[in-house]
Amino acid sequence: MVRLRSPADLDALRKSICRTRDPSKLCITVCGGTGCRAYGSEELATGLRQELDRQHLGGEVEVKLTGCHGLCERGPIVIIQPAGLFYAGVKPEDAAAVVRALVHGGVADRCLYVDPESGEPVRRAEDIPFYRKQMRVVLAANGRIDPTSIADYIAIGGYQALAKALSEMTPEEVIAEVQRAGLRGRGGAGFPTGTKWASCRRAPGPHKYVICNGDEGDPGAYMDRSVLEGNPHLVIEGMVIGAYAIGASEGYVYVRAEYPLAVKHVRIAIAQAEELGLLGDDILGSGFSLHLRVFEGAGAFVCGESTALVASIEGRRGMPSPLPRPRTTEVGLWGKPTVINNVETWANVPLIITRGWKWFRSLGTEGSPGTKIFSLTGNVRNTGLVEVPMGITLRELVYGIGGGPRVGERCKAVQIGGPSGGCLPEQLFDTPIDFDSLQGVGAMMGSGGLVVLSEDSCMVEMARFFLEFTQAESCGQCPPCRLGTKRMLELLTRLTEGKGRPGDLSLLEEVARGVSEASLCGLGQTAPNPVLSTLAYFREEYEAHLAGRCPAGACRALVSYEISPETCVGCGLCAKTCSQGAIFGQPRSPYRIEPRLCSRCGACLAVCPTKAIRKG
Amino acid sequence: MTPTVRLRIDGQEVSVPAGLSVLTAAHAVGIEIPHLCYHPALSPAGICRLCLVEVDGKLTPACRERVREGMAVDTCSARVRRLRRLILELILSDHPLDCLTCDQNGACDLQRYAYAYGIEANRFRGPDHERRSAPPREDNPFIRYEPEKCILCGRCVRVCAEVQGRHVLGFAGRGFRTQVTPPLGRSLTETNCEFCGQCLAVCPTGALAPKGRRFAGREWELRMVHTVCPFCGCGCPITLHLTRDRIVKVSGGFEGFRLCVKGRFGLGFVHREDRLKTPLLRHHGELREASWDEALARVVSELIRIKNCYGPDAIAGLASAKCTNEENYLFQKFLRAAVGTNNIDHCARLCHAPSVAGLAQAFGSGAMTNSIAEIEDSDCILVTGSNTTEAHPIVAQAIVRAVRKGAKLIVVDPREIELADIAHFHLRPRPGTDVAWLNGLAHVILAEDLWNKKFVAERCEGFEEFREAVVEYTPERVEEITGIPAALLREAARAYARAQRGTIIYAMGITQHTTGTDNVLALANLALLTGHIGRPASGVNPLRGQNNVQGACDMGCLPGVFPGYQPVTDPAVQEKFAAAWGVALPKRPGLTAVEMIDAARAGTIRAMIIMGENPMVSHPDLRHVAEALSALEFLVVLDIFPTETTEFAHVVLPAASFAEKDGTFTNTERRVQRVRKALSPPGEARADWEILAELSTRMGYPMTYRHPAEIMAEIAALTPIYGGISYPRLEGAGLQWPCPTPDHPGTPFLHAGKFTRGKGKFHAVAYRGPAELPDPQYPLTLTTGRVLYQYHTRTMTGRVAGLEELVPEAYIEIHPTDAAALGIADGERVRVSSRRGAIELRAQVTDRVPPGTVFIPFHFAQAAANALIPAAPLDPAAKMPALKACAVRVDRIGSTPPHCRR
Repeated sequence: MVRLRSPADLDALRKSICRTRDPSKLCITVCGGTGCRAYGSEELATGLRQELDRQHLGGEVEVKLTGCHGLCERGPIVIIQPAGLFYAGVKPEDAAAVVRALVHGGVADRCLYVDPESGEPVRRAEDIPFYRKQMRVVLAANGRIDPTSIADYIAIGGYQALAKALSEMTPEEVIAEVQRAGLRGRGGAGFPTGTKWASCRRAPGPHKYVICNGDEGDPGAYMDRSVLEGNPHLVIEGMVIGAYAIGASEGYVYVRAEYPLAVKHVRIAIAQAEELGLLGDDILGSGFSLHLRVFEGAGAFVCGESTALVASIEGRRGMPSPLPRPRTTEVGLWGKPTVINNVETWANVPLIITRGWKWFRSLGTEGSPGTKIFSLTGNVRNTGLVEVPMGITLRELVYGIGGGPRVGERCKAVQIGGPSGGCLPEQLFDTPIDFDSLQGVGAMMGSGGLVVLSEDSCMVEMARFFLEFTQAESCGQCPPCRLGTKRMLELLTRLTEGKGRPGDLSLLEEVARGVSEASLCGLGQTAPNPVLSTLAYFREEYEAHLAGRCPAGACRALVSYEISPETCVGCGLCAKTCSQGAIFGQPRSPYRIEPRLCSRCGACLAVCPTKAIRKG
Repeated sequence: MTPTVRLRIDGQEVSVPAGLSVLTAAHAVGIEIPHLCYHPALSPAGICRLCLVEVDGKLTPACRERVREGMAVDTCSARVRRLRRLILELILSDHPLDCLTCDQNGACDLQRYAYAYGIEANRFRGPDHERRSAPPREDNPFIRYEPEKCILCGRCVRVCAEVQGRHVLGFAGRGFRTQVTPPLGRSLTETNCEFCGQCLAVCPTGALAPKGRRFAGREWELRMVHTVCPFCGCGCPITLHLTRDRIVKVSGGFEGFRLCVKGRFGLGFVHREDRLKTPLLRHHGELREASWDEALARVVSELIRIKNCYGPDAIAGLASAKCTNEENYLFQKFLRAAVGTNNIDHCARLCHAPSVAGLAQAFGSGAMTNSIAEIEDSDCILVTGSNTTEAHPIVAQAIVRAVRKGAKLIVVDPREIELADIAHFHLRPRPGTDVAWLNGLAHVILAEDLWNKKFVAERCEGFEEFREAVVEYTPERVEEITGIPAALLREAARAYARAQRGTIIYAMGITQHTTGTDNVLALANLALLTGHIGRPASGVNPLRGQNNVQGACDMGCLPGVFPGYQPVTDPAVQEKFAAAWGVALPKRPGLTAVEMIDAARAGTIRAMIIMGENPMVSHPDLRHVAEALSALEFLVVLDIFPTETTEFAHVVLPAASFAEKDGTFTNTERRVQRVRKALSPPGEARADWEILAELSTRMGYPMTYRHPAEIMAEIAALTPIYGGISYPRLEGAGLQWPCPTPDHPGTPFLHAGKFTRGKGKFHAVAYRGPAELPDPQYPLTLTTGRVLYQYHTRTMTGRVAGLEELVPEAYIEIHPTDAAALGIADGERVRVSSRRGAIELRAQVTDRVPPGTVFIPFHFAQAAANALIPAAPLDPAAKMPALKACAVRVDRIGSTPPHCRR
C-alpha cells in the first residue's frame, strides 16, 4: 500500500476502499472471538467458504471472521449482512444449511436464536434483549470488521480521529477534550485520564512513553482481550492520539502471552499501520512519530499494577514499588514520564475525538461518563461480553441483559470487580454501576468482571476461591499480603471444611482489615475485599459454617445425604450408582447411607427416581 | 548549609535537615521506628511495612516518606501499633522460632521486635497452618543459608545489586512460595557471586551466616576486637568475633558492612597448624627447631661477622608491607642504626615505586591524593592498570556507586576487566604503550581547548615544555602505537576534561613497566592540565596493593629516605636522625630490592634479613632469585609460615600474625589505623617488633620498647607527616596523614590550594616502547595480575580452604584466535616460556584478553608467572622491572618449543 502523507490521503484511501465495496454485497460474519473459536467457528467459516465455492458463490458472498459478538453463551454467532440476520449456536455441520437458506433468500430456522422468555425465534440481534439493552460503543465495530484488515477499519472511519487530532488540534486541545469528556480509567481505579495525560505532558524531558495495559488477569474477565482481538486498530489509534497529546515517541502494548490471538492481531495491526504511515515516523505527514512494540507478559496478575508492569518491561521481576514514590507520569518506564492506560480506556479515545466530549458526556452518569464493558459470568442465562452505559443498575444488567439466573429462582449476589472487588447481595442490585456508587457499597468497578451467584453458591467458598487466587498471585514482597492472604486462606479453608474454631471470624476480620491497611500495593490492599464484603452481607453463612453447616450446600465437608424411608421405594439404583459402596439396604425396603463412607458426590441424588434423597 | 525542615514527631516539635526520611529524622531525635527491610546504606524498599507510621492520619512507610515542613508524624498510634503487632505475628507464623539454638540469638532484629511488641502466642499456628520448610543450603565454600529463617526483607538482594553491583540474589516464586535465591536455584558457585558476604552482613535474622558459625558461640559469648584487615591496601576496619582462641566471624568494613571475600572469610590462616611456632636453625643443610636464644645468637654472630669482614653494606634487608608501621620503623632503624646500612627496601619496589617517585616529582607527595569515600562523588573516573574489582574490591564498590549516581567511567586496560562492563569508554591499549595514549589524551584536551587555563597558570609550572612534547601525539598516531581507535580516545579525553570532579585511579598496570615513572608522570600531567586535583573527589590515586605498603614506605623502608620521605642524602635530616638515634648513620642511599638480588648473586651482598616477604615468588626472574639467595652467606627470614623463601634461610624466626599483636597499618588512602591484639601467637612465635628489638639489643644497639605505642611516639617525633599521630588519637576511625600536630584532624585530600612541592610540575615524557617486544620466537605479550580470591604469594590465602576451592591453581588467559592458531583447547594444560624460563599451567580460552596478549595471575608458586619475567632492564628512576609486559610463547604440552630443539 502507499504511504499516507496527509489527512487528505487518508480520506482518499477511505473513499477508494468504500468505492470498491458494494454495501449490498452479501457477507457472512462469523464470530472469531476466543469463545466462539472454542465452539468451532474457524471450521465453520471454512465450511461456509467451501459450501459457497461449491455453489459457485465464492465471488458474490464474502465470509468474514470478526471479533467477539458478546453472546458467548450461544456461540458460534453468525450474522448475515446487510440484512442483519442473526444465527446463534451455529455448528460447522450447519454450514450447508446456512448457505442453502442464503441462496434461497430464506432462513436456517434451526440456527435462529430462541428467546427463552417467549420461546419464539428471533431474527435480528437488536430484537434480542441481550443486545437491545446494551450500548455498544467501544464494541460497536467488533462484530463487523475483520480485525486483521486495516482496510475494514478505515472503511468504517478508522483513523479519522487521529487525522483530526494531528491536523486540527494542538496536544493541549486533545488533553482538554479528554478532560472535558470526563473519561476515567477503565482498568478499575477510575483515575481521570485527562488529568493523567496533563501531568505527563507537564513532566520535563524529551523522552516519554505510552503504554497500553493489556495485562488482564481477573479470573473470568476477557473484556480487554476481546477488544484487542476484535478491533486492535481502535486501541492503536487511541494510543497514537494519546502519545501526540503527551509528547511520547515510543510505546508498548503489554499483553499477556496467554492471549496469543490478541498478540497476533495487535502485531498485524501495528505492521499495517506502520506500512500506511499511521504509525512510525512522520505520521500522516504531521512530523509526529510514534513507535509501538508489543511486550508479552508472563502471566503474573500483579503485573497489571503500573509499577510492576514497568518493571516487567524493563526486564526486572514484576513487583510493585510502594508509595510514596513519584507517579509513573513523572518517573515511569526507563525512568521517563509514562502514561499507562488500560485497553478499554485507549479504545474510548478515538470516539471522544471524533464525536466530541459532549457526546461522551451524554452517555453514562455525571461522575462516570461513557460506557463500560463487563464480562458477565456465573449463574446467568446469557454469559458473555456486554457493554452498558455507566449508571445502569446491577439488576438491569443481571436480569435485563443477562436474562436472570440459569438455575434456581433468584440470584443471590454478584461478585463485581474480580478478586479485588466485592460481593454485593441481591438487596443492593439497584445500585447504579459507576465508579463511586460501587465504592460506596464496598465493591469496586475493577476491570469489569461480574460473576452472578446463585442460591447454591456458598459465599465462604467464594471468598476462599478468590483468596486462593490472590494468595498465589501476591508478589511476595510485603508480609501483610504474602502471609496475610495465606493465613486468611487457611482460615477460610478451615471454615469450608467444617473445622472452624471459635474466634476464627473475628481473627479473619482482623487480618483482612490489617492486610488491606498495611499492604504495599493495590493487590494486597484490595485482596481482602471478597472476605470483608461477604462478612458484611453474609455473616450468617460464616456463622453457619462455624456451626458445621453450609447453607448453600456447596461445601462438601458440611453436606450430608439422607434417604427418607417414607419416600424410598427400595429400587436400589442409588446403591448401584454409589462409587463408595456407602449405601446399604434390601430391595423393596428403604435404603440407608453410611455417612462415614459417603464421599458426598451427590450421584445418588441425581439417580433417585422418587427424590427420596435429601441433601442437608 | 542544608535547609532545615520543622515537623512534629509524636507531638514533639523537631527541626531536621531537609531531604531526610521520616525514619532517619525520628532516629535523630531518639525515636526508634521498627524496621526490618530498611538499611541505612541501601535504597529504602518500604516492603516490610513495619515502619508504617501515620502522617497527617495517613499510613506511610517511614523509610520512604521524606520530611516535609509542618507535617505531623505519629510513630506509635494505636493503629500503627496494631498493624505492627499483626505484621510481626504474621512473620513469626512463618518462622522456625528455634531461637534457643539459633546463632543469631541476641542479635536478631525479628527477635528484638517480637519481644518489644510482646508477641507471645501466635493465633495462626495450629494444625492447618503451613510454614515454609526447606533444608539449609551450604553448597558453596562460605555461606550458609537457612531459607526457613528468611523473612524476605530483601536486604541481601539490594546489597548485592546496589553495593556490589552483582545482582546474584533475587526473589523467585510468588505468594507464600516466594523465596530469595540465586538465579534458577543454582549454587552460588555457579553464579557470578564473589562471596563478599555483604548479604550476610546485612541479614537481620539468622538466615544468612558464615559457614562454621553454627554452635560456635552465642553472640554475647563472643569477644569482639576491632582491628584492620591484613590483606589489600583498602585497609578495611574489621571486627573479629572470637571465642577464647578462635576467630568465629568477621564483621565491620566500610560503612560497617562492606568487606570482600578475603577479609570476611579469609582469616582462617591464623589458626593453621603449619604456622611457624619455633625458631628454626639450619644444621647440615636442614632446618631444625631451635630455642630463641640459639637462633638469635646465630643471627647476631653472623651479622656481626659479615659486617666486620665486608662492611655494613654487605648486609641488606627486605622489610614487609604486611607488618605494622612500628615494625617497619624498627626494621629500618635496625639496619640503619644497628647495622649501619641503607640497603633497605621492600615489595613497594615492585609495585608503587614509580608512583612514589613520579608523584613526588609532579606534586611532592607519592600517595593517593583523595579518600576512598570521595570516589563516589566523582563525576568522571579514569581507571587504568587497575583491575579494581579483583584487587581492591572496596574501591570498586565506590566506583560502581559513582556510576550508579551518574559518573562517567573510562576504563583503560587491555583486558576486558569487570569494570569494563559498566564503563562508558573502554580503551584497550597494547601492553606497555601507556605514555602514548596518556600523551594522546593531553593532546586532544589541548587541541580542543578543554584545558583548565586558570589552574595551569596559577598552580603549575613546566607547561610549555610539556605542551610541545605532546604535539606529536595525535589520536591517529596514538592509534597506530596503542591500537586505541582515535575517535574513542577523543571521546574519553572530552569526558575527563569536561568533568567537574575527575578522578584518576591506577595501580600496577601503570607502574610495573620499565617506563613506570614516565607513565605516572603522564597521568599527573593530565590532572594538572584539567585542574582535577586538590579538591574533594578530584585527584590522582595510586591504589596501594598491601595492607601496609603505604606505611612501610612512610616508615622509610626505602633505600633513599628516612621515615616520612626525608632524604638520607639531606645533611639536616641525617643530623636529626643521628641525634635522635644517638649513632652515626650511613649517608649514601642503599640498594633497591632488585639491585639487592643482583648484588647477592654477584657476591657483594653477603647477608640478608627478610621480614615477611617471599621474593622466591614475588620477584621477577625466579631462577635468578634462587641463585642469588643460594649465594648468600647468611639469610634470616621472619615469617608466620614456611615459604618458598624460608627454604633458602639459615635461620627462620616465627612471627606473630596481625591478629596477635598491637600496632598500626596505613592504608591506601593514607589512613593510619590501629591493629589490635586479639589472640596469643602460636607456640613460641613473637611479634616482629619484639624480635627486632631483641636482635638490635643483642647487636649492641639497645631497643627497649615495652609497647608499640612507644614506637609510634618516636615515629611521631621524627616524622612530620605523622607528627600528630598517637595511639589515643587512633581510637576512632584513624587519621589520614599529613597530620603534623596533635590537634590536626588529618587530611582527606592532598594539595588543596598548594601542592606539597609548591607548584604542580608538568613533565614532558616521550613514549618509549616496551622493553621486550614480541618476536617470531616469543610472539605473545604476557601481562600479570591478581585474582580476587588469592593474595600475593598465597602464603595466607593458599591456606584457606574455601578460597582454594574457588581458584585453586594458576591459569593462562588466551584469546580464542590465538588459541585456535596454536590448537589449544579451553582447559588444556600448556607450557608458557620466555627467555627466562618456562612454566606449565591450564589454558583458559577467553576474549577477556585481546588477541596477542595473554594473562597469568602471579600468585601461584607452582606456576609462577615471575619465572618468565626479566629482572632487567629496570625503570631508570624507580628501578621497577617490566612485570606487566614481556614476550612469551605458549605451546601445547607435547609440542616442543623450537629453541629447545637441539
